[in-house]
Amino acid sequence: MNKIRALVVDDNMVNQTIHHRLLKNLGIENQVVKNGKEAVDVHSSGKYFDLILMDMDMPIMNGIEATRRLRAMGIRCMIAGVTTRSLDQEKQEFMEAGLDDYQEKPLTKAKLVSILHKINYTT
Amino acid sequence: MDRNHPQHQVLYMRRSLFDQGYIDREQFIQLEELQDDANPNFAEEIVTLFYTDSARLIQNIEQILVNKPIDFARLDDILHQFKGSSSSIGAKKVKEACTQLREYCCAENAEGCMRTLQVVKQEYAVLKRKLETYFQMVRQVG
Repeated sequence: MNKIRALVVDDNMVNQTIHHRLLKNLGIENQVVKNGKEAVDVHSSGKYFDLILMDMDMPIMNGIEATRRLRAMGIRCMIAGVTTRSLDQEKQEFMEAGLDDYQEKPLTKAKLVSILHKINYTT
Repeated sequence: MDRNHPQHQVLYMRRSLFDQGYIDREQFIQLEELQDDANPNFAEEIVTLFYTDSARLIQNIEQILVNKPIDFARLDDILHQFKGSSSSIGAKKVKEACTQLREYCCAENAEGCMRTLQVVKQEYAVLKRKLETYFQMVRQVG
């Protein structure tokens, strides 16, 4: 099984804990940060990930801006937007920032597995 | 099984949480499926986090609504967060009440916001009471 590393980017403690556990249960080592700036900083420190689960609405730096910055830094891994926003315009703006996938919250095991299959994950 | 048997009572209470629309069955089962020998109480731990988070958000909403002028943009952000965490644990009625409050917020209707906040608080209090009772019973059954 591939050793996938993931980064959870979400400001809400409930969602952080659920997403961390969902990934861990699937055997995926993961780190949690609480806003887009921390996501950028963790990459600037030299860490890399195979998957980023990016919330949209966060303080300091939101998911759209963080995604743009990461892509501008040359980060090419899978970035999946995970958000409660459902309007097409909002989704489009998020996708155009550089997402590879988009899932509406709440995140479930099935939604996570569908994201992971895009990076050749095998259960 | 005797109807008064604790396990039966746990099952009955669980089913009524779903049937009465307090908790989304699928989402709650998702949380329970994240439990294992190392984390046998994960669902209860997440729900406890939800209580802490909700208390903070309700306090923030109350503070916003007593200030003049009301910062409806900030209120909308907080309600978005509240909806998000409610949705993550499957708290259906709390989420619905937040949605209603958000509609009044978008319309910048202060009176509607204050009235609907009471509904949010009531739904949250009822859910908390029911879930605390449920998990207490679950722990007793073991």
